Amino acid sequence: MSATLTLLHDGRSDEIAVADPARPAIPADSLEETLGWDLQPEGLCRGMVCVPVDQSALVRGDGLDLGVLADALQRPLVTDEQHAVAALGASHHERGEALTSLEAPDFTLPDLDGNLHALSDQRGKKVLLVAYASW
Amino acid sequence: MPDLYGMINVPTVLWIDEEGRIARPNDASFASNRFKLLTGIDSRRHLVRLRAWVRGEAPAMTPSEVRTHQQLPTAADQEARAEFTLAWWLSRQGHAADAEPHYERAGQLAPHDITIRRGTMRTRGLNPMGAAFFKLAFKSALARTPLYRPIQDSP
Repeated sequence: MSATLTLLHDGRSDEIAVADPARPAIPADSLEETLGWDLQPEGLCRGMVCVPVDQSALVRGDGLDLGVLADALQRPLVTDEQHAVAALGASHHERGEALTSLEAPDFTLPDLDGNLHALSDQRGKKVLLVAYASW
Repeated sequence: MPDLYGMINVPTVLWIDEEGRIARPNDASFASNRFKLLTGIDSRRHLVRLRAWVRGEAPAMTPSEVRTHQQLPTAADQEARAEFTLAWWLSRQGHAADAEPHYERAGQLAPHDITIRRGTMRTRGLNPMGAAFFKLAFKSALARTPLYRPIQDSP
């Protein structure tokens, strides 16, 4: 028996075939494309960074255990079994390190006409970043 | 953007210098004193600093000062954002009732995150400008959890 899991992560949504939505696993060969990490003998690797992981727990017959993966990467994973959807959040360590580096995290947002603007387009100018809401 | 910058309420204002570096971290500041009675924040304090920085009359914070005033996200904050992401997706798929426990859980994990608690009210059938907000404000006051967190630097 198989189902499709919607995985929400990094501002995007991926549809993944899973055997059990309650214990989702992702295919090992899609790990790099989906999450940007690669499974190596040293652990989970991205660029020059490798994170140790218990591979006996991570590697299952139906793929890589998403819960073990999330724990290794210190990313929160929350699921809704009924609707077969999971959200993989960002690591607080990564967010904290990025902010304390003082390099302003880049992002792109549309203006009212739909034209995209990246924060980095403003390099060379002083920028006042204001987040507001009309609720 | 709230996730990238660890924003927990609006308005949140920060300064970024010509090299793309954070020169003043997340601050609660308004463009006028329209909401001063509610927030207790005098907008002039920030505006005076901002003008001086833009005109080159005064420096921004030092990197050490920026880091001292940064409020970094915790594991619970990030789990709350994941719950919010899941709930928002469910709401948009037409599963409002099933989204509710995830919104609740997000609020429990990060009770100080007003972007989640107030920002989801309209989606949940509550009025973010009405009783639901004032109840949130009252509870936050009782818990001594400030809705707004202006940087406490010298005048």
